[in-house]
Amino acid sequence: MKLDYRIDGNNFDMAGEASSSVKKTLAQLGVSPPVIKRVAISMYEAEINAFIHGGGGSAHVDIDSSRIEIIIEDAGTGIPDLDLAMQEGWSTANEQVRKMGFGAGMGLPNIKKNADVLEIETAPGQGTKVKIIIDIK
Amino acid sequence: MKVKELAQSLGAQLLTSGGDAEVTGVYACDLLSRVMSGCEEGNAWITVQTHLNVLAVAELDEASCIIVPEGITVEAGTAEKAEEQGIAILSSEMTTYELCWKIHQLLA
Repeated sequence: MKLDYRIDGNNFDMAGEASSSVKKTLAQLGVSPPVIKRVAISMYEAEINAFIHGGGGSAHVDIDSSRIEIIIEDAGTGIPDLDLAMQEGWSTANEQVRKMGFGAGMGLPNIKKNADVLEIETAPGQGTKVKIIIDIK
Repeated sequence: MKVKELAQSLGAQLLTSGGDAEVTGVYACDLLSRVMSGCEEGNAWITVQTHLNVLAVAELDEASCIIVPEGITVEAGTAEKAEEQGIAILSSEMTTYELCWKIHQLLA
């Protein structure tokens, strides 16, 4: 099953909607709650990152009987130093976003903890593509 | 204990209808990434954040309700959308600490 979503960079109120939709679909498919939780955390963090840092983008989800693959892409400024970005607590989020409870520097570390595979393609000025795979066991 | 019973015991105002979800525990935090990983299914989530994005976090975590402490005003749009999504929001005059302490006692 393939699902595609647009992440609207102009509508913060909708941030997280794609993740909510995928979570509901997985529940309908009978995927176990611990796997759904890992998908929800990983996809939500990537979706919020695409919104905050990428100005929006797209999410593509491919579900089969053995794994869930999530690709979230944005055309934002890219991540200048990926090693730093993977460190818990490091963030470039602005003050306004931090006041809303985002930008704690936990997004990518949270994905890494919950995903079986995490691949990030990024370069300054060339956007970011995050690929997450979570096995269904 | 159901959310509506919790609201009554706390003297908190239930801003939405429903409130039939079972409260299994309490979780308090305002950093949404931490809430995403730490809040467990059925927890009553206490936060000072009242913008619309908290609803996605509560829904993804399957929190039993959101409790907004210290009489902080909940944005009208947030309460409306919570109603649509079936997520209960409580408003309380208590501080986060008082709420945690009281809910812990109620659930013990």
